[in-house]
Amino acid sequence: MSSAGDVRVDVQGLRIVLSGGSADVVDDVSFQVRSGELLGLVGESGSGKTTVALALLGHVRRGLEVAAGRVLVGDTDMVKAPEQQLQRLRGGEVVYIPQDPASALNPALRVGTQLKDVLQAHRQVAAAKRLGDPKARLQQTLEEVGLGGMPRLFKAYPHQLSGGQQQRVVLAMAFALRPSVIVLDEPTTALDVTTQRHVLDTVRSLCSAYGVAAVYISHDLAVVGSLASTLTVMYAGKVVESGATAAVFGRPAHPYTRRLLRAIPSPERAEVLEGIEGQPPHPTRRPRGCDFAPRCLLAVPACSDGPIPVVSLPGGRLVRCLRTELTAGPDIRDPLEISASQPEDQDAQLRVSGLSARYGPTEVLSDITLTVGRDQCVALVGESGSGKTTLARCLVGLHASWSGQAQFRGQDLPRSAQQRRPQVLQAIQYIFQNPYTALNPRKTIGQIIDKPLRHFYPSLSRSERDERVTRVLSDVALGPDFWSRYPDQLSGGERQRVAIARALVVSPDLLVCDEITSALDVSVQATIVELLRRLQAERHLSLLFITHNLALVRSIAQTVTVLSQGKVVEHGPVKRVFERPENPYTVRLMEDVPKVVTGEQQPRLPAP
Amino acid sequence: MATAPDVTTAVLPARRRQGWAAILRRAASLPRGRFGLGVLGFVVAVAVVGPFVAPHSPTASIVAPFSTPSSQAILGGDVLGRDVLSRVLDGGWVLLAMAAAATALGVALGTASGIAAGYLQGRPDGIIMRTVDVLLAFPQLVFALLLVSILGPTVWLTILAVGLSHAPQVARVMRSATLDVSERDFVKASELLGVKRRRIMAGEILPNLVSPLMVEIGLRLTYSIVIIAGLSFLGFGQPPPAPNWGIMINENRQGLVLNPWAVVVPAILIALLTIGASTFTDAVARVTIGIDRETTTAALPTLAAGEEP
Repeated sequence: MSSAGDVRVDVQGLRIVLSGGSADVVDDVSFQVRSGELLGLVGESGSGKTTVALALLGHVRRGLEVAAGRVLVGDTDMVKAPEQQLQRLRGGEVVYIPQDPASALNPALRVGTQLKDVLQAHRQVAAAKRLGDPKARLQQTLEEVGLGGMPRLFKAYPHQLSGGQQQRVVLAMAFALRPSVIVLDEPTTALDVTTQRHVLDTVRSLCSAYGVAAVYISHDLAVVGSLASTLTVMYAGKVVESGATAAVFGRPAHPYTRRLLRAIPSPERAEVLEGIEGQPPHPTRRPRGCDFAPRCLLAVPACSDGPIPVVSLPGGRLVRCLRTELTAGPDIRDPLEISASQPEDQDAQLRVSGLSARYGPTEVLSDITLTVGRDQCVALVGESGSGKTTLARCLVGLHASWSGQAQFRGQDLPRSAQQRRPQVLQAIQYIFQNPYTALNPRKTIGQIIDKPLRHFYPSLSRSERDERVTRVLSDVALGPDFWSRYPDQLSGGERQRVAIARALVVSPDLLVCDEITSALDVSVQATIVELLRRLQAERHLSLLFITHNLALVRSIAQTVTVLSQGKVVEHGPVKRVFERPENPYTVRLMEDVPKVVTGEQQPRLPAP
Repeated sequence: MATAPDVTTAVLPARRRQGWAAILRRAASLPRGRFGLGVLGFVVAVAVVGPFVAPHSPTASIVAPFSTPSSQAILGGDVLGRDVLSRVLDGGWVLLAMAAAATALGVALGTASGIAAGYLQGRPDGIIMRTVDVLLAFPQLVFALLLVSILGPTVWLTILAVGLSHAPQVARVMRSATLDVSERDFVKASELLGVKRRRIMAGEILPNLVSPLMVEIGLRLTYSIVIIAGLSFLGFGQPPPAPNWGIMINENRQGLVLNPWAVVVPAILIALLTIGASTFTDAVARVTIGIDRETTTAALPTLAAGEEP
């Protein structure tokens, strides 16, 4: 994409603080986007990326206020513009594409009504821009987003469309007004890889066709990398690194960027993931110097002394780091590969054959066959709706309407948990997807972990139980001071560790992990996955690891089973399935996985 | 070197320690909470301390019927020439105790059946909720009146009647709050351990209903006061010689022109009691909205809609 276009978005020194306080949520954020350019704004949760995105529309969430800086969109400073002018600009000049298309569309109105409403609301803008006949323009845009061939689209209600179609409708609404700036806030997070790829392709072609300046916000570096020409990496409310995508991925110069890239699993190799220990500082307790210093391996005392200046590196790159002389060079260390040499045939812990499950009259799983051996990690992958969570729920006994055979250590598993013997309930432990609802908010961490212990081992004394709880807490890398905390004082990653500890404390044989990292940041995901891998080896656990993230499978599992629409479409060793997929569905799935492309000959991950 | 916070132990600010005490404390710190608590405290103080400081016996006739205030009887005399001040001071605590007991009974019964209906679902849910629907078809006062007229006007039966009339409303609120909580994974985690349902309801679900429960208690207390005072006024409370604010309004209204104090003072006290209780409950509700949206959403629409007793 050309860098010759005019500057459409110009953010300078933006600082947004908590109202009535000085704690900054976003500080000293500056970037420019030219027409036809797509800027990726990358950061983990709490980095302030959405706050910046909303500022581009002149919106600041309740409880926050802009303390300094300007946000120029075209010639207008969105920070100072009156509400009336903002209203005119929003939707016409600068548009916002939210994360969840389902909640962006009104479920009570037909899609056609909503599309026409948007055109109607901005007809003056359209007239001023001489966009011509709205009907023809809408038709054209619908064709461009890939909805042209849907005759019944206008009459449909949003719930009758798939997630991908909904997001396309939202895109059509946005592009029909031919805006000059578009802000995309993780628009594909809720979508499957295949749909995601199609939507991303649409976004890319529309942006270049209309010379739109786009800001794409995401925590998923692989997605951003495949799309954006320039990257801005945020950490704790500040821009830590920015530059051309290939350069940032190829030679990341900020320690945070380096560590972040190392945390991303690759579908190409089985490698040890390196998470980032600790968590970003809360806005009210940011350190005086570099925000990343407490977690940084390269930190020196000077890093904590005061504000860190932005250093300019060759190639137009900006880095907020004191140690660029160390990080400016090329990467040095290869990631550790995992030698996946698990013997195939072991005594099976779990053997499933001909399992079919239904929800009411609908069959969601049919004729599933699956074996999990001792010490083995089997990954179960599939898109949403493929039935993978239902299978997990059948196996642990939460979903009782299934038929077929499931044997655990040679014995038939009763349908529901209520019918199972305590020994079986203890031996199969389930870890829930969402760590935010899996822990009772009214109980301390100590009580939460103690509960299964007390239930299965009533003969243990208080001190014996306490000792086991302390031990399992240290196994999941949580200090004993977590004992008396409540779940709401923990971060998502810490909560998930507690959930793992709760499962491990009763010494299970089989651990069923249902998308346990999908609610977590990538750097946290890496630590959780490594933790599981270590615990699996130490405790001789069998793992059934359910995920939609194919790259993650490569890092943790030995065998993979691919589910599609309730059926097993492919099964085999991870290496074989990833390198030589046989089923066309698997082939497509593998192709659609976004990968981190570093722009250099050989993709290499950097050293911290 | 500047002090870099230890990131691994950096705790998110403790937004909610959701104990009863904490919610009450925060509610009391709101302006409306302080007002409600003050008013409530005043009336409770009158009711509790009153019997000990009353100048005369509440049942002794000492002045002429409906005589105006004098040095003998500061608030004048009532229908039988008894001292109004003494009767006011003596007539509060029974009303308060009855209201509290009826509330406790109604909330306990309603909560138990509401949680059972919401968690067990299926048949138990159907049976409990259809019963509740039938009971809700009667206006609460009429229902209580019906029970009292069948059971008879003794103190305990009045409490029973009022308590029972609360239960269906409490059950409905608690059921919807339970539906929300029992969908969460930590309840499923307990089921996977093979924990008995009864214990899941008491140990996992109930502690997460603290906020709606507190709002219900306050709300039902207010209604209890109104209903018990109303029953007394209608002659279904304690038998006549007893001093009771509700009864006082009834027996003295024929002398309203002669000595208005005999009616106005008990009426004001009842009004203050309900205003105090409901204002404080409102403060509690406001605190709990902020504290845990997740658990209380189910309970709040009822309150916001200003449900009639």
